[in-house]
Amino acid sequence: MKIDVTKREMDNKPLEVKVHTEDLCLWYGDKQALFDISMDIYKNKITALIGPSGCGKSTFLRCLNRMNDLISGVTIKGQAVIDDKNIYDSDVDEVSVRKKIGMVFQQPNPFPKSIYENVAYAPLKHGIVKKGADCDNLVEASIRSAGLWNEVKDILKNPGTGLSGGQQQRLCIARTIAVKPEVILMDEPTSALDPISTEKIEELMLELRKDFTIITVTHNMQQAARVSDYTAFFHLGKVIEYSDTETIFLNPTVKQTEDYITGRFG
Amino acid sequence: MSNNINNHNPFYDPTLKKRHLSDKIFKYMAMSALLISVAFLLVFFTDIISKGLPSYKQAYIELPVKYNTETVADSSFAIDEKHYELVSRAWYRDMPKYVSENPEVMNKTPIEWVLADDEVDQYMKGHQNTLTDEQKTVVEELKKQGKVESKFNTLFFTTGDSKIPENSGFLASAVGSILTILVCIAFAFPIGVMSAIYLEEFKKDNKMSQLIEININNLAAVPSILFGLLGLAVFINFFGLPRSSALVGGLTLALMTLPVIIVSGRTALRSVPASIRQAAYGLGLTKWQVVKDHVLPLGMPGILTGSIIGIARAMGETAPLIIVGMIAFIPDIPTSFTQAATVMPAQIFTWAGMPEGAYIERVSGAIMVLLAILLTMNAVAIYFRKKYEIKW
Amino acid sequence: MSTLTQNNKRRVLAEKLIEYALAAATGITILTTFGILFSILFEAIEFFKLQSFFYFMTGTEWTPGVEGAKFGAVPIFTGTLVITFIAIIVAVPIGLFTAIYLSEYASKKTRDIAKPIIETLAGIPTVVYGFFAAITVAPFIVNSFASIGIEASFNNALASGLVMGIMIVPIIASMSDDVISSVPDHMRKGSLALGMTKSETIKFIVLPAALPGIISAVLLGLSRAIGETMIVVMAAGMRANLSFNPLEDMTTVTVRIVDALTGDSAFDSPDTLSAFALGLALFVFTLILNIISVYTIRVFKEKYKSSNL
Repeated sequence: MKIDVTKREMDNKPLEVKVHTEDLCLWYGDKQALFDISMDIYKNKITALIGPSGCGKSTFLRCLNRMNDLISGVTIKGQAVIDDKNIYDSDVDEVSVRKKIGMVFQQPNPFPKSIYENVAYAPLKHGIVKKGADCDNLVEASIRSAGLWNEVKDILKNPGTGLSGGQQQRLCIARTIAVKPEVILMDEPTSALDPISTEKIEELMLELRKDFTIITVTHNMQQAARVSDYTAFFHLGKVIEYSDTETIFLNPTVKQTEDYITGRFG
Repeated sequence: MSNNINNHNPFYDPTLKKRHLSDKIFKYMAMSALLISVAFLLVFFTDIISKGLPSYKQAYIELPVKYNTETVADSSFAIDEKHYELVSRAWYRDMPKYVSENPEVMNKTPIEWVLADDEVDQYMKGHQNTLTDEQKTVVEELKKQGKVESKFNTLFFTTGDSKIPENSGFLASAVGSILTILVCIAFAFPIGVMSAIYLEEFKKDNKMSQLIEININNLAAVPSILFGLLGLAVFINFFGLPRSSALVGGLTLALMTLPVIIVSGRTALRSVPASIRQAAYGLGLTKWQVVKDHVLPLGMPGILTGSIIGIARAMGETAPLIIVGMIAFIPDIPTSFTQAATVMPAQIFTWAGMPEGAYIERVSGAIMVLLAILLTMNAVAIYFRKKYEIKW
Repeated sequence: MSTLTQNNKRRVLAEKLIEYALAAATGITILTTFGILFSILFEAIEFFKLQSFFYFMTGTEWTPGVEGAKFGAVPIFTGTLVITFIAIIVAVPIGLFTAIYLSEYASKKTRDIAKPIIETLAGIPTVVYGFFAAITVAPFIVNSFASIGIEASFNNALASGLVMGIMIVPIIASMSDDVISSVPDHMRKGSLALGMTKSETIKFIVLPAALPGIISAVLLGLSRAIGETMIVVMAAGMRANLSFNPLEDMTTVTVRIVDALTGDSAFDSPDTLSAFALGLALFVFTLILNIISVYTIRVFKEKYKSSNL
């Protein structure tokens, strides 16, 4: 299998670490799912996490906004440092973490509310804006950023669940950026979508990279190659190889990575 | 927290404090809702048990009893004047019959334990009573001599209703309940299961079946007292079945229980996987053979669970039975389905309207027995459900 | 060959007969509904031949058993509504919060203990609730209010209402629990990932999504409260008292039905027949509530394709 890696115009700005993990381990009950993950994830880049099913990439992603806290029986050790602060420190509030680190899920999950309310819900509750013109502007800006404005501007009162799958997913992205996070986690955001919707989401990701740090889990290696700047290959709860995407796909240094990318296993 | 640390914590957000507080309050509100139910049950059971336990004891007095022709003719002379009023009227009433059954006591004056009046019993239990000061002194005297004692209240468990509180028991109503429920089961169970089979396995999807569906759902929520009006109008006034009988009561309850059995029966049949039906059809069996030999046996535990719950509910039902006359005064244990009878909940209802403390005690005592039966039935149903819960 | 077809014919015939028998059994539920409707309707018509329907619906005096008896059901309806209202005020918050606790907060272990407790409440016969209301709760209310100088009737509406509320808690709790549990989990996750707290997620996402089912549960509870008989027969009053003060005695539709049918008036006297007029009102009102309830839960089921309701 041949994979084209998009040549990216690399800007000259120096790399800045946004997320840094140090010996991050995770257990479901007494079964260890992540082993000593240490990674630096760079600001305003798209980092793709790839690997076979059950390799721990989604689990790792959920560690970064403490969504794993919601699963009972999970134990986490090690550090996940964002902006020089370990988010697992006792004085860190997980609600505040999730506010700063947004998440988009595999299955589009708009709330059973109107399109407008879907986007306005969180900013209003967080007190980012008050009801009225401010809120209207934020909703419009967020939906615009998600590339959905032209399609929904006349039907903002309609339920978000009535949109097509791809539109729903972009609504979920709009809803996430309305909270003004710094990092956006995407858990296989296109795996439930058709190819055209997928393409739109990918374009959107490249657009959003200017303002946000994006970490995405994907099953689709072409997608990782197309959109990501950095790629990490996970296997059995460990990071086997992590480098810039070009290197991973064209010159992997570890045999396992090469086998996976060329489709020999996984 | 010092400012210094806050500066180093990019996740510090003072607005969250209020939100976390309301989060906590909400959680405790939800928890306290559950605790209210628990607290109610605690208060309720403590109240009923503390009121009802004394009913299992009854005072008896040890006295010389004169058995001779004079006292058999008028039993009030059998006990000396001083203690005359302390003895139950029921004892005086039954004494001549006792002598005719035991002629050897004639012309003797044995010392015997006789049933005490309910007011003596209430006095002994430290409850409110109507004894005069004089009578109280006599009882105290007897007490010192060990001649008054609270014994196990056998009468309560072996007799029917009585106008004399110390002589009343719930056996007649318990037997009435059993007869009524037997009628109810005999009618509701087969018809309920048949309806469930028809609706789940045979019915065609059309307007008619939709109507039946809405009808059953609605029937399950019709106030029970209206079933009483139906029983009165149809079974008693139209068919002329005997009023107050277990037959009429049972039929009325059966109509009320039917929707419960049908709904749970359908759920149970629906949970039998299609693959089993297909396999059986593959062997060339007819529809009825498939249902009878394969689907029904697998659905049976579920059907039984729902039926037990429905029947337990019917056993605790009072309102429709009042309407069909099952609150009659029943001193004797009924022996047939057409005889006038009462049921335990109705007995509880009539006793609860009596002024004597001894009846209130007996209401609570009977409630304890009824609850023990009903909660056991429910527990059995839950156990069944757990045991046969098959995940296909 | 011929025996085979004969056998088959017999088999087909037997199958048909069985199917007819099953259909006939199913027909009994239809007969029951019509039986209830007509047995009430006929006697109610008899009643309205003797008494004015208009006065029944608008009159404020209910004085059966006397010369020139009046049958104005308004005070009976208001009594029913006051007691039902108290019951709902008690049952909805307790039932709903119990459901929220069980489905959103409780561990599996707590659930295993709490569910049988709620089921126990549902298993207590209403006559027992009635006894508790009359013998324990009503005197308690009278004494408590007496201690602050307010006089309350021993047949006060509050006692019946409170106990009836507890009786309805399991209906609302278990139905809402089912509905809340079937709201898909990804909605909760979506809200939490936006930095919402758990209670905000429940209040603004889960409960609105479950609303049709919750409304359906409340309507069912309402219909149970209106039709409940034993608690009010034992603990509420007999007097048709047009009042909205929960500390006064008042009577309900069901109490008057029981009273009319256990009295010693002739069956065709208006005193007795009034039971059927009231029964008709009760039937119509609960029927409307039940139908709305069935309809709203159907809307919910279709929305989430949930089959465990």
